Amino acid sequence: MKVVVPVKQVVVLDDEFELLPDGSGVDPDGIESELNEWDTFSLEAALQLRDAAGDGEVVAITVGDEDAEEGLLAALAKGADRGVRVWHDELQGADALAVARVLAGAVGRESPDLVLCGVQSSDAINSATGIALAGFLSLPHVAVVTGIASDGSALTVERELEGGLVELVRVSLPALLTIQTGINEPRYATLRAIKQARDKPMEVCSPADLGIDSAQLAASIGARRRRLAMPDRGGGAEIIEGSAADVAARIATIVKERMD
Amino acid sequence: MAGILVLAEARRGELRDVSLELITAATELKARAGGELAVALIDATPERYVARLAAAGVDEVLTVRSPVAQFEPHVSARAVEGLIERLRPTLVLAAHSIDALGFVPAVAATGGRGFLSDVTALGWDDGPVAIRGAYGDKLVAEYDFPGKATTLLLLRAGTFAPAAAGDGGGGARVTEVAIELDGVARTEHGGYREVPAGDVDITKADFLLSIGRGVEEKDNIERFEELARRLGATLSVSRPLVDAGWVPGARQVGQSGKTVKPRVYLALGISGAVQHLAGMRTAETIIAVNTDPEAPIFGVAHYGAVIDMFELADELEQALD
Ligand SMILES: Cc1cc2nc3c(=O)[nH]c(=O)nc-3n(C[C@H](O)[C@H](O)[C@H](O)COP(=O)(O)OP(=O)(O)OC[C@H]3O[C@@H](n4cnc5c(N)ncnc54)[C@H](O)[C@@H]3O)c2cc1C
Ligand SMILES: Nc1ncnc2c1ncn2[C@@H]1O[C@H](COP(=O)(O)O)[C@@H](O)[C@H]1O
Repeated sequence: MKVVVPVKQVVVLDDEFELLPDGSGVDPDGIESELNEWDTFSLEAALQLRDAAGDGEVVAITVGDEDAEEGLLAALAKGADRGVRVWHDELQGADALAVARVLAGAVGRESPDLVLCGVQSSDAINSATGIALAGFLSLPHVAVVTGIASDGSALTVERELEGGLVELVRVSLPALLTIQTGINEPRYATLRAIKQARDKPMEVCSPADLGIDSAQLAASIGARRRRLAMPDRGGGAEIIEGSAADVAARIATIVKERMD
Repeated sequence: MAGILVLAEARRGELRDVSLELITAATELKARAGGELAVALIDATPERYVARLAAAGVDEVLTVRSPVAQFEPHVSARAVEGLIERLRPTLVLAAHSIDALGFVPAVAATGGRGFLSDVTALGWDDGPVAIRGAYGDKLVAEYDFPGKATTLLLLRAGTFAPAAAGDGGGGARVTEVAIELDGVARTEHGGYREVPAGDVDITKADFLLSIGRGVEEKDNIERFEELARRLGATLSVSRPLVDAGWVPGARQVGQSGKTVKPRVYLALGISGAVQHLAGMRTAETIIAVNTDPEAPIFGVAHYGAVIDMFELADELEQALD
């Protein structure tokens, strides 16, 4: 079974991040990055399906600049066979639909049996890239999947709804699923595997290499960000100041008042 | 090219509440967007919901008959394509729900349309303007959709007050729209699995002590369970603790867990992701403790403290000794 896993190296803001004065983004000093939590689950699901099938490969694909290579290397260290990174400076700040358009180029030429995306990326929280990609590729799709059983040509999947209700859904291959946390227990890479990841094949290409020109890319963009700001917490929380003992005492008082 | 199309949702014979919230959002924008407000429902028996959807401000209720009994993403996508072709709306409003997330992004992508998910506020500036969170909801961002004939927006549930449901006497036209949907489904429904009942019902508790990933290790959970007991609280958790298998699912608060409304919700080490907030934002008093001053949970809390939850636990325990 050939499974493609689109993975994203996500941005994590530290406790003291600051907006750039022109509002175009966040000061890089306050930014860390990691492999998107959801993508660790989709990758694990892909590895398990490949191993159960006994043949095939897992290809991790990312749309991102050089820094995003870290996420791809993490995926290779955990067991993906091959990595593809697509980038061009035009993609800076690309929205979910533009990223999906680029992924469609990279995923399409692999002709996979299955594409596994995460339900969402923890920084952008679009929850949209996977299903947009399925649209571009005309692949049957199921979103928010918490269980997969495969018989080689079709899957029976569990789709998680509001309130934790589960719907069982059958879909034939090829297909695209978006994977929810908790579906499995993502593995950790061994130190040895982390070292060896750099020896695995990694291709770097541009949207143009995939046959996507600037006009097509621009046409695919779904939204334009025109302002970025700190949230207006309005009335917000009353912040309890002081030592841990002060806070504990105050919380005890509030609880007592409210519970009487 | 004018007007607003609202995509209402039903599941297992019930209209989902968010449908009426979408109608509120649409009526607020209608005057500026121009054109009519139409509400559509794609379902095997859409006529059941027509009366309630004909709320004040709605000009037309459109029913699309689905050939399958349950939600099916490819059927919904084709139906919405058909509706967009027919109405040519400027704006399509749907919920940021599991069903809508399963097909609306595909409709936006393939049609080269405007699109934004998890929208929390709407405006108009020569075209639609939408606000949503950015950078893990620690920031907010404003978007527009230049050059897009139709823009599809997914609105966060619980942000707009629900419109009063129609009582069957409203003036809205009702139109059954014929769209060829046979053979469009590409997935097959295989039944539902109900949520198993747990050892406790956290929705009945007056005081919840809720812990999140800040607890760090499985071995630390027992300590907070004991603290909860001594404080007279019931322990609840955020999803990662359930995903990790540390705590049974019945204790999970949030969109995919339980919706709770206790008198006091004391959240320790929970960041306040939208899906968590969905389950507790209407608690009477929310107290949040988090080491990160920018954690989104402080946006809904009544009281907050920026301290380590373990230090707080030390002090609370001492006071109880
Ligand atoms: C479709 C869908 C449904 C979902 N349903 C749910 C749901 O029902 N319920 C739910 O909870 N989530 C749900 N999620 C997951 C949700 O998106 C978040 O991932 C999750 O809520 C995060 O849990 P958390 O706040 O405990 O963890 P994190 O986001 O990792 O936050 C941990 C917090 O603890 C703080 N912290 C760390 N150490 C300490 C310390 N020592 N003292 C104090 N604070 C500390 C950190 O600053 C941080 O803010 C869902 C997601 C999706 C996509
Ligand atoms: N830049 C990217 N490169 C590769 N995959 C991505 C990228 N952005 C999003 N994805 C995929 O889409 C999923 C959902 O992300 P999002 O729609 O941004 O919430 C992620 O879990 C990834 O599988």
